[in-house]
Amino acid sequence: MSEIEIKNLTKIFEIKGHKVTALNDINLSIEKGDIFGIIGMSGAGKSTLVRSINYLEKPTNGTVYIDDVDLSLLSERELRIKRREIGMIFQNFNLLEQKNVLDNICFPLEIAGVKKKEARKRAKELLKTVNLTDKEKAYPSQLSGGQKQRVAIARALASKPNILLCDEATSALDPQTTDSILRLLKEINETLGITIIIITHQMSVVTQVCKNVAIIDNGNLAEVGSVDEIFENPSSDAARELLSGKEITYKPVESLNTKRKIRIVFKENSAYEPVISNMILKFKTPVNILKADTKNVGGKARGEMVLALPEEEGIAEDIIEYLKANGLAVSEISEEI
Amino acid sequence: MLDFFKGIFTFWDSKVIIMILEGIRDTLYMTLGSTIVGYLLGLPLGIVLYVTSAKGLRPNPFIYRTGDFICNIIRSIPFLILLILLIPFTRLIVGKSYGSTATIVPLVICAAPYIARVVEASLNEVDTGVIEAAKAMGASNLQIIFKVLLVEAKTSLFTGFTITTGLLLGYSAMSGTVGGGGLGDIAVRYGYYRWKTDIMIVTVVLLIVIFQIIQNLGTYASKRIDHRKH
Repeated sequence: MSEIEIKNLTKIFEIKGHKVTALNDINLSIEKGDIFGIIGMSGAGKSTLVRSINYLEKPTNGTVYIDDVDLSLLSERELRIKRREIGMIFQNFNLLEQKNVLDNICFPLEIAGVKKKEARKRAKELLKTVNLTDKEKAYPSQLSGGQKQRVAIARALASKPNILLCDEATSALDPQTTDSILRLLKEINETLGITIIIITHQMSVVTQVCKNVAIIDNGNLAEVGSVDEIFENPSSDAARELLSGKEITYKPVESLNTKRKIRIVFKENSAYEPVISNMILKFKTPVNILKADTKNVGGKARGEMVLALPEEEGIAEDIIEYLKANGLAVSEISEEI
Repeated sequence: MLDFFKGIFTFWDSKVIIMILEGIRDTLYMTLGSTIVGYLLGLPLGIVLYVTSAKGLRPNPFIYRTGDFICNIIRSIPFLILLILLIPFTRLIVGKSYGSTATIVPLVICAAPYIARVVEASLNEVDTGVIEAAKAMGASNLQIIFKVLLVEAKTSLFTGFTITTGLLLGYSAMSGTVGGGGLGDIAVRYGYYRWKTDIMIVTVVLLIVIFQIIQNLGTYASKRIDHRKH
């Protein structure tokens, strides 16, 4: 079995007599050593899903297995001990404001009953890991957002977990800081072999570090697979919507907004060929480029382009065929970009 | 003006000074005594209210509503009436119903529910995210109460402590009307019954000074222990 196995997970909240299904029959397997992204719009249920992995939310139905252990069979005490194997970081860092950096990192060890001297030693090592050795006596209020998240990461690693859950861990940070935190997470994954689960609403976070991704839409699992695959051939509407980059609100001018649009993805090999130029020369029909971008998907460059197809149906079909024949991933997008 | 001061000085023989010094001692004894005993009862009660509330660590509507009801009942009785109502109870506990030690009993009964509310409000201020983080680390509810809630809320708890002490200082003076002892008692006996306005003014000034000292010490200390702002 995989390290994390989620089977038929359903969570129903009862709010003032109304039943709200936050998660509906989710099945997921997450392998050891993976960096697994869970992406969805806000309110899609992804936070509830990640909280089910350490049983902060108890599922209404279904089972969560961590290393073959069914969490629902554990007593409160056993569950608390199990949680020490699962670190967690948050959007708002959730540091203890009245404790300094070192004491914050020692905190999970204090809870676990580790001797103070030993805890301090471990905390100092962790400060090195997250590159904050000069801040051990500082209080959270004296730190920047990125520094706070580094402390939170060190704290989450203190009890030597096998799994690290990141709940929108970069959503409150600026792009540069996000990059550095993501790099740190990747480094931790590679050097310590910790399985990392990243909850986010930003596709850029997923494409930058995740190996696999699950797309949650309205409480349902819309799509799951490797980031490469989904970036090239998104099969669900939710995935296409997230990929079209709504976070950078971009809308084409009215006059350019033709009926049919396609999104094409260039892989490294096809990026050397001047496919678009050749296509225009071949069909003698100009196309409008509505959007063009390159993204770093799991360390590899991926070109992404949105084209407006010519009105004539025949030529439009031929163009799609031509692009596919040239090894590009092509998908049609219906709504506005 | 000069006559006024002369008036005061004529009363400043050693007897009056000793009486006033004893008054200060009794007032401090009652105020601090009732605050401390009040916290021994009110702090756990406040924690219980927080823990059992709908969004608490272990919601329990029955315990919460009972505690809530008792707090509201006691707090809705004016202190002066509570003072008189509790005379038989005070006699049972202290053996007499007058004097500073006896006054501590109604002061504590009055303060405990108030303190419970202040404590509950302070704990409610603690960021739920921090509590969730502690849960995710595998902390038990007791660990969350003692290592997270009380530590994170310490500034607010301390401010509440200062406000409560100030309130009880005022109430201890009020108990002077029924022979409670302390500066309030002196003010009533000399100022009200014997028309010695000067002594009354001195006691009032002393009460103001004591109040200021408590409040300023409290504000200073709560700033010192707070690490949230720099």
